[in-house]
Amino acid sequence: MKLLTHNMLTSHVKGVTKGYPLLIKATEVKVSEVEFNPQFVIRMIPKLEWPSLVQAAAGLGYLNDLPSDLVPDYENNEEFLRKVHRVLLEVEVLEGCLQCPESGREFPISRGIPNMLLNEDEV
Amino acid sequence: MALHCTRACKRYLLHLAQDNVEFRLPEIKALLSLRGQPFRPSEDFKEKSPFWLLDSLSEDDVRSIMTRTVCAKSVFELWGHGRTHSELQTSLLRYPPEDMAPFFQQDSTYKINVYTFNKTLEFKDRIEKIDALEFLPFQGKVNLKNPDHVFCLLEDYGTDPNNIPDEPFHVYFGRWIADGQRDLIRSHSVKKRHFIGNTSMDAGLSFIMANHARVKAHDLVFDPFVGTGSLLVACSHFGAYVCGTDIDYNTIHGIGKSSRKNQKWRGPDENIRANLRQYGLEQFYMDVLVADASKTIWREGQLFDAIVTDPPYGIRESTRRTGSQKEIIKPPDDFYGESHVPVSMAYHLSDIFSDLLRFAARYLVMGGRLVYWLPVYRPEYREEMIPLHPCLTLISNCEQTLSSHTSRRLITMEKTKELEDSDDLALLHDSRYSPYQGHNAFREKYFSGITKRNGRDEAKTQMKEDN
Repeated sequence: MKLLTHNMLTSHVKGVTKGYPLLIKATEVKVSEVEFNPQFVIRMIPKLEWPSLVQAAAGLGYLNDLPSDLVPDYENNEEFLRKVHRVLLEVEVLEGCLQCPESGREFPISRGIPNMLLNEDEV
Repeated sequence: MALHCTRACKRYLLHLAQDNVEFRLPEIKALLSLRGQPFRPSEDFKEKSPFWLLDSLSEDDVRSIMTRTVCAKSVFELWGHGRTHSELQTSLLRYPPEDMAPFFQQDSTYKINVYTFNKTLEFKDRIEKIDALEFLPFQGKVNLKNPDHVFCLLEDYGTDPNNIPDEPFHVYFGRWIADGQRDLIRSHSVKKRHFIGNTSMDAGLSFIMANHARVKAHDLVFDPFVGTGSLLVACSHFGAYVCGTDIDYNTIHGIGKSSRKNQKWRGPDENIRANLRQYGLEQFYMDVLVADASKTIWREGQLFDAIVTDPPYGIRESTRRTGSQKEIIKPPDDFYGESHVPVSMAYHLSDIFSDLLRFAARYLVMGGRLVYWLPVYRPEYREEMIPLHPCLTLISNCEQTLSSHTSRRLITMEKTKELEDSDDLALLHDSRYSPYQGHNAFREKYFSGITKRNGRDEAKTQMKEDN
């Protein structure tokens, strides 16, 4: 699971009103190089919940001085875009789980793939 | 017919493949709209013909279309055409010589191809036809292997293979500009793909779907019924980042029984990511997740540029969703771990589609497209059956026949209105938004004795009942 995906996921356990962001509990994290595409990063930034991204990256120890506030005029700031790219697409949680901040329900991640299925009594 | 061609506005001849005929016009229209161009056919446009004339486009426009299309074979800058060879000659002599000159220069090389549709010509006839073009001021040298310019004489002998006329109905002459992407159909064939399933989408149709959805570079595309990811392969080919979900844990993880004939179990690296890697597209892999398409796992926001999907109809893959129901026979284990398999229950087809439209209305960007397959029982099909949503505009609806009585329709919708709270109310109270309801029994009808009967008889009975 990449942090871009994490940034968009929410808990959907029945009755939960604040299921976002999911807490990442990682036991294995991998960083793999992905070709840098500034246009894609520029298009994704307005869609991001920035504080959640910073929080998630920090939690995994991959903050790499990503600023806690979005920098102005980021379109022309390649250094910044590269940092965002790394956090969005290169850092991957392979094993661990995502935890619902309200109910505590855990969604397991195995071989990099989160399992978001709920049980019968949770939906 | 006068040709009004200037440098800025030229006429192009599109040569199309004769398969997936219904899917061609929406594809070309979608690709033109990516260039901000409307579809401007000539007056005598015939959708089913293999030759279309397109007006008022630039060479860049048509080149751009050809980098994407799997429906069109080639495009030519049209220099002349007519119902007979003498009409063609008149038409060619009227084409501005200054527009021909750059391609007739002495130090250039050229070749002339002869293409006949619905007829095979002998070599000597071809040569004769080429010789008949000598009134054109060709000055370069002929080079058949690697020419600078390629010209083509195209003859249309109609579409009836049992009734081929001696003389063509129409002849065209033009300068070859570019070929389409028909090669992708073979190079991306499911037969050669690393990881496949029982219902992997055919390569040609996958690219057609990505084109109908106007998937483009730097987009984020989502498939809620991702299966083995065939549609993600097509979308990422056009430079979009892709993600998907599926309720089937084994498919997403690429484990369990193989869908290949001589292989019992799936290999260690048979998964969607490996499929993208096979085509050098791994950089566009975002994620796939195990999730139930009927449940919201995404936070609010216009997250996706396109949603391209092939929902299960319950024929070769079951329709399932998680949920608690009275009908559950065996109580679930009280185990909330990785290996817990939630009870899945029947997911009504009409619910799948109304959920899908609601999802698209909520998560698509404005102008973003939803492209999906809708199974229909042909004797009962009416256009009003296509599910609607106040935020989505129907763009196209193309049929692919599966049997005499069943087909699936490729539906393309575009988000044209922001979602408001009142839209959900409208969905509940307005029957226009749930027309597919009665069609739930698609699976039963598919497998019923009707299968053996002729769909047409069925239609007749239906008409009688309606009267």
